[in-house]
Amino acid sequence: MIQNADRRMQVYGALLLLPAALLLATFAYLPTVATLFNSLFLPGFRGEPAEFVGLENYQLLIEDDTFWQVARNNLIYALGTIPTSIALALGMALFVNARLPGRGFVRMAYFTPTILPMIAAANIWMFFYAPQIGLFNAMLGWLGLPGVNWLGDPNVALASVIVMTVWKEAGFFMIFYLAALQSIPPELEEASNLEGTSRWSFFWRVTFPLLMPTTLFVLINALINAVRVVDHLFILTKGGPNNATNLLLYYVYENAFSFFDRTYAATITVVILLVLAVVATVKFTVLDRRTHYQ
Amino acid sequence: MTTSTASPARPSRRFTLPRLDTVAAWLLAIIWIFPLLYAFWAAFHPSEFMVRFDLLAPLTLDNFADAWEQAPFARYYLNTFALVTGVVLAQFVVCTLAGFAFARFPVPGKDILFMLVLIQLFVFPEVLIVENYRIASGLGLVDTITGIGLPYVASAFGIFLLRQTFKTIPRELEDAARIEGCGWMAILLKVYVPLAKPTYLAYGLVSISHHWNNFLWPLVVTNSVESRPLTVGLGVFSAPETGVNWATVSAATLLSIAPLLVAFLLFQRQFVQSFLRAGIR
Repeated sequence: MIQNADRRMQVYGALLLLPAALLLATFAYLPTVATLFNSLFLPGFRGEPAEFVGLENYQLLIEDDTFWQVARNNLIYALGTIPTSIALALGMALFVNARLPGRGFVRMAYFTPTILPMIAAANIWMFFYAPQIGLFNAMLGWLGLPGVNWLGDPNVALASVIVMTVWKEAGFFMIFYLAALQSIPPELEEASNLEGTSRWSFFWRVTFPLLMPTTLFVLINALINAVRVVDHLFILTKGGPNNATNLLLYYVYENAFSFFDRTYAATITVVILLVLAVVATVKFTVLDRRTHYQ
Repeated sequence: MTTSTASPARPSRRFTLPRLDTVAAWLLAIIWIFPLLYAFWAAFHPSEFMVRFDLLAPLTLDNFADAWEQAPFARYYLNTFALVTGVVLAQFVVCTLAGFAFARFPVPGKDILFMLVLIQLFVFPEVLIVENYRIASGLGLVDTITGIGLPYVASAFGIFLLRQTFKTIPRELEDAARIEGCGWMAILLKVYVPLAKPTYLAYGLVSISHHWNNFLWPLVVTNSVESRPLTVGLGVFSAPETGVNWATVSAATLLSIAPLLVAFLLFQRQFVQSFLRAGIR
């Protein structure tokens, strides 16, 4: 009788999971497996079946200079956006957590870019970066300086994209630091004031170490965003000039939907999946052991 | 918040110059809000004032009228609205059922299944655009609003959040409901769901902003005005090669962010709290 009830619970539970399981299978597991599988084929032209070529696509990838340039860009993009936006986010949180006239406005100003779509943010920054009528060059003109081709000069374009991304992301990370700061007991600061510790060494010896779990959490999110969000490229540069701002996921998009090379796009996707797998492993092994949020 | 609120214990602060931190915080805030203010400036003035900051420049709504006329924004609004409503409602249903199962039912292999679900926190539909496009087209979902939303419905994040919340609800409440003759569905709807309201609010707000703003997958899976959401419509409209007037582009940009921006300004605290609770978008 009890066993029967248990069995019924199991079946009921399985039924509750069914819709989620079906959807996840269709739009997460099946496409992941298909991506791995398709990276081993060449596309069949004019309705012919695809041809199995083993690791040939990976060979192509290794010999593809553009791929290496795109991978390097993505690395520079990550290194350019992540430490800067984390440092700024922490600074913002410290500002807003302290006594500050007009704190509500300041916090809103920092956070607002977070709720804009990346496309809208890119549109707005386009007004700054545009060569002739853009605001940045107009401002340089007022100072009598020559204009810069912010998005057209291969040496500058990626940096321009990075600056915009930092603006978009820092405020989002700020709120996690702010929440963490508010959970630090004020007695710690009072004690250190009695001891005469300087604000600087209090920050580095007490605050920063206590914020470590938050920093790791934010870092994971920032890493994921660095390979996942390429929306702004569609407006700002389309990966150009000459692939100077192309990122991995945008390169996948180009290969799949502009060059119609589905299997090569799958091969590049595998690289992204590998990066995400590393990030996930770090999260589940290192991070979850140290901290529990929510 | 003026100096009058300064603590009376330290009157010496009252008349000093603002501290360096305050200046830095305000400077950063002004830099941070400036792009948005500039978009407002550009949208409400004739285009010759794009880089001429004249306080007496005439205000105009022509740019908005132009944008509204040149692209089917009304349709885009409708599409985005349908998309966001549909996705959030479907997510609530699917994630509630799955979260309930993970929290309360002895499904065999539950821990492994839950790990499998969590993988989706890292492997998003937009990373798999190539294969997801094939699957969507196999199901006849290309260029439909369902096609944009369906890959996001079984959200690992929603399942995770609701499972955590349901786990904190004391079993005694469930037992009490059972004594009154409630079945599992009634228990879920009368005990668990009402007690998880804050979680639904947080997750709902995050999900709404995510899908209002989402771009890459909607771009790939749609190809007509009938299904394009605002972001994709805006992207198509404002692509630099179309040569649309810039004042018009900034009006169009404001048009597409306005509802979310207004909602955010009105319910700032709830938004920030939700993003905080939800963490990963």
